[in-house]
Amino acid sequence: MKELMLGNKAFARGLYEAGISVASSYPGTPSTEVTEEIAKYDDVYSEWAPNEKVAMEVAFGAAVAGKRSFCAMKHVGLNVAADPLFTISYTGINAGMIICVADDAGMHSSQNEQDSRHYAIAAKLPMLEPSDSAEALYFAKKAYEISEEYDCPVFMKMCTRVAHSQSVVEVSERVVPETKKYEKNIAKYVMVPGNAKRRHPIVEERTRKLIEFAETTDINRVEMGDTKIGIITSSTCYQYAKEVFGENASILKLGMINPLPEKLIKDFAAKVDRVVVIEELDPIIETHCKTLGIKVEGKDIFPVIDEFSQSLVAEKLGLEAKDSCKAIEGLPVRPPVMCAGCPHRGLFFTLNKNKCTVMGDIGCYTLGSAAPLSAIDVTACMGASISSIHGFNKALGSESENKTVAVIGDSTFMHSGMTGLANIAYNQSNSTVIILDNSITGMTGHQQNPTTGYNIKGDPAGKINLEALCKAMGFNRVRVVDPYNLKECDEAVKEELQANEPSVIISRRPCALLKYVKHKPSLHVDRDKCKSCRACMRLGCPAISFKEGKAHVDNTLCVGCGVCKQLCAFDALKEPEEVTE
Amino acid sequence: MITNVMVVGVGGQGSLLASKLLGHVVLQKGYDVKVSEVHGMSQRGGSVVTYVRFGDKIYSPIIDKGEADYIISFETLEAARYMEYLKPGGRIIVNAQEIDPMPVITGATDYPNGLIEKMKENGAEVDAMDALGIAAEAGSPKATNIVLMGRFSKYFKDITKEEWLKAIEECVPAKFLELNLKAFEMGINA
Repeated sequence: MKELMLGNKAFARGLYEAGISVASSYPGTPSTEVTEEIAKYDDVYSEWAPNEKVAMEVAFGAAVAGKRSFCAMKHVGLNVAADPLFTISYTGINAGMIICVADDAGMHSSQNEQDSRHYAIAAKLPMLEPSDSAEALYFAKKAYEISEEYDCPVFMKMCTRVAHSQSVVEVSERVVPETKKYEKNIAKYVMVPGNAKRRHPIVEERTRKLIEFAETTDINRVEMGDTKIGIITSSTCYQYAKEVFGENASILKLGMINPLPEKLIKDFAAKVDRVVVIEELDPIIETHCKTLGIKVEGKDIFPVIDEFSQSLVAEKLGLEAKDSCKAIEGLPVRPPVMCAGCPHRGLFFTLNKNKCTVMGDIGCYTLGSAAPLSAIDVTACMGASISSIHGFNKALGSESENKTVAVIGDSTFMHSGMTGLANIAYNQSNSTVIILDNSITGMTGHQQNPTTGYNIKGDPAGKINLEALCKAMGFNRVRVVDPYNLKECDEAVKEELQANEPSVIISRRPCALLKYVKHKPSLHVDRDKCKSCRACMRLGCPAISFKEGKAHVDNTLCVGCGVCKQLCAFDALKEPEEVTE
Repeated sequence: MITNVMVVGVGGQGSLLASKLLGHVVLQKGYDVKVSEVHGMSQRGGSVVTYVRFGDKIYSPIIDKGEADYIISFETLEAARYMEYLKPGGRIIVNAQEIDPMPVITGATDYPNGLIEKMKENGAEVDAMDALGIAAEAGSPKATNIVLMGRFSKYFKDITKEEWLKAIEECVPAKFLELNLKAFEMGINA
């Protein structure tokens, strides 16, 4: 039966049908749903790992043990997992192992626009790249075959438009291959220099064989049309090229983007008048073609920045733009905002009020950098808040120690905050670290983590106690505050900044969007009491606006958190029972 | 022949169900279909857009400037934002609700006036309706998406009413079925 299926879900279906046994991932847009979908199959073991390095090593262990395994991450997650990556390329695996990496050209939900294909080249591993849901399903099966045939993990590269678009697929039954018996093999699996030296030539030989495979595999295909223009492409760029040209161009569609074929490309180029490479981000296929001595056009026409579209492909190849309705200019932007009732808001208000320098991290709370809170100074990557506040304070000493804080979410802290905290405990900077514990991984859509007490299926699991952990690391000053209580937050921030030793504040309240969180009724504005001072507006709460000169609370958004009420000097913000008239 | 429908709104308004329903109904009809969504950061009260494309064969998952036949919008400003994506003479079906974006909330700018008129001036056929109010009347403001889809079904005649009703049955949880069927009907007739 034909079904409309999200790319990530189709990929998960392919893994399932191919007999996957173990999946371990860390959530990250746009990769998250692959593992969430696998978690729905009861005959597959799945988990959220604390970070991508752990996830990849779990998948490696399972593959060596003899079962088909999987790990998924977003492009920046692969940076975290790069350490095992380069060496398990040498050891190889036993049963098949797939590494999903999902790029985000256009940065819909990411801090950079890196091109993961560089990792496949650098780690000398095969990489497949589907262009729609049906291919995502089929390539998953193909990737396991390649993995086992060539004894190496195989990358599956997704991108936002393939991961998060639905297209038509046909599903089939699950076939579980026999477990491949684990056999002790020190020369293969223990990467000391002597063994690694013997493994490296095997890796190079493997690449040579994979190039031969790339010449003939069905996932690289030629679609001959008009020969005036020949396009070499992959992924969604293939879809854009087909949309624009249909049969009016010849296309070499690459499903395997590392290693790239040689003869196949040369033969294709010889059949067409003009060769154009269409690829998002970096010129990887283009550079390969040029190395082969083929004259191609690529980044001299197309940008290295942002995602592409059919119009961009048409425009860059000299076709006319389509007529459209006229744009309406000067419209206000609508950026994402912290939700009404977000527990992070009260804490960021406190940091803004105290004019703190704030080393930020990755999560929903990065929205604390937006006006009017504007309470984050630096955000780079997972865990950097804690490591970099240590450097900041070591550089400036007392000049920064009493006004600088690090903020990091509970999931991000588990991911890569602990090692930074160990550094503060060990090398003793007088730093204040605030863990924003909203009891969930928020930004990626509510995944459990080691501090929540639940596993990927929502069943009870081990639970790490943040207070005990920080104390065990040697922090004497560890305190918990409720971010809905502005006075408590203010006191804690002031006292810990003044303290002459490192400290941790845990700002604890569950995400307001969690289903189990009970909301209070909406507040109302007493218009007679409101003096239009706009103090409540300093919170940047989407439920509060100004209507006809007075504050107004949108009762469809307000969850009654009461933070705004604490800022009103005129008692104009009322709970329902307080409205007497 | 390809039909391009954009479903736009503010994160959290329920546009994903509308595109799911549309994708489902046209797939049943035998069309090739692609539906493209954006997850993650922009869901937090930001501007959200979903593309639904169907026809004999669909390649690109996205809709580009000058390609949309229809824009179904959950909010007035968001309909205006995507004007350039509409073909000349294309139709906008808009829930005439106004949700202030952060620059308006903070007082940096005002919510623009006369957007519906401007959309018409700039070449769109506009059907503005109080879908939120109609949904509330049907039983829940959450059915705004189905009210809008009801309205869309009035213009897009390839799908019969029976086919829509069957698709709604297949897409929404049973306990909300009655509400949604009522909302759909009220959307057509509003």
